[in-house]
Amino acid sequence: MSAPSTTLRIDEQEIPFVPGQTIMDAALAANVYIPHLCHYPGLPPSGNCRLCIIEIGNRSVAACITLASAGQEIRNNTAELNEARKVITQMLFIEGNHICPSCEKTGNCKLQAMAYFLGMLDDHFSQFYPHRDLDASHPRILLDRSRCIVCDLCVRASREIDGKNVFAIAGRGTQAHLIVNSPSGKLVDSAIAITDAAATICPVGAILIKEQGYQVPIGQRIYDQRTIRETALQESIGTRAKNDGD
Amino acid sequence: MAIKPKLKIATTSLAGCFGCHMSFLDMDERLEELFEQVEFDRSPFTDIKQCGPCDIGLIEGGVCNAENVQVLREFRAQCTTLVAVGACAINGGVPALRNYFDVQDCLNEVYLSGIGVSDPQIPSDPELPLLLDKVYAVSEVVFIDYFLPGCPPSAEDFLQLLEPLLIGQTPMLSKSHLRYD
Repeated sequence: MSAPSTTLRIDEQEIPFVPGQTIMDAALAANVYIPHLCHYPGLPPSGNCRLCIIEIGNRSVAACITLASAGQEIRNNTAELNEARKVITQMLFIEGNHICPSCEKTGNCKLQAMAYFLGMLDDHFSQFYPHRDLDASHPRILLDRSRCIVCDLCVRASREIDGKNVFAIAGRGTQAHLIVNSPSGKLVDSAIAITDAAATICPVGAILIKEQGYQVPIGQRIYDQRTIRETALQESIGTRAKNDGD
Repeated sequence: MAIKPKLKIATTSLAGCFGCHMSFLDMDERLEELFEQVEFDRSPFTDIKQCGPCDIGLIEGGVCNAENVQVLREFRAQCTTLVAVGACAINGGVPALRNYFDVQDCLNEVYLSGIGVSDPQIPSDPELPLLLDKVYAVSEVVFIDYFLPGCPPSAEDFLQLLEPLLIGQTPMLSKSHLRYD
């Protein structure tokens, strides 16, 4: 890895970056947390969740798709931005059916952990209560589209890591939804396997490995122990250590 | 010194499971302290049939039928501070899973075509409240002042809500306490 050639500032803190790096990657490398759901270290950014909204001067941009450049003065952890992030999280909750008490991802879900982190007490907006198709055709993997937040992490993971291109987003506007690239449109007729990154990368309870629910006792689940901030920073350190070792 | 009048609290369960009320009782011996400062108006814990003027109203459960709407409006009219308690009141909760289906299909399945049904008929006595097309969050029907998430919220959460309210302050649920499950 080449030495950082220059720096930017996030909330008054000097952060080094490598030219070509996004603000998100530079921040995570410097152990600075910018809230995010659709960003995943190593995968190309998508910029669709908007949780990583930051301010540079009088412009709001998404940190995951904006390149770092010298001398940027960035606001990240401000009350206003965290309030905006909470509203975005509320929108994600009402657009799907996020009935946490009956979801097997509860306690291990990034959307839920984000809502805890931002102090979300209620959904504020009217619920959509959408009716979206559930795909239980695969013997080992369940796809419950009612919880999908269309972050397209599974789409990217399947294409970039697994080399299978199992998933895609179809439809426009509020009708946008996850589809399976198989002749029948069913998961069982796709090439997906439970060892694929796409099968486990889902940040919410939309793609689940079957018969593994409720195995971790309450109190020992991921976000029972740590906030999404602490978990993301730890994962980032782990990813860098792995990449440096390669 | 004049004895401070006790604050009045009303509680109800709409499309709830009474789990939030049980969690309220989980305050255990701390309830004794609480009762030095508050008294209950209409509540499943009392025999009062109509809600009178109250300081705090606690609503458990979503809104699933016509009677729920009526009770919720009565509470809103009588309570200075109305609190949506638990996942059901906040977003419909687990009962809102019926929103995937047509309400008539649900009734047909249970009362007409369900396994083991004898003398199939859908109850139609006017004594019975009609179901709404969907299960709704209480904030869809009336204005709500505070939300206490959880399914159910813990006894500690109830204390975090009530202690500031009793001294006229704004409740601030600590983030480490937040749970929706």
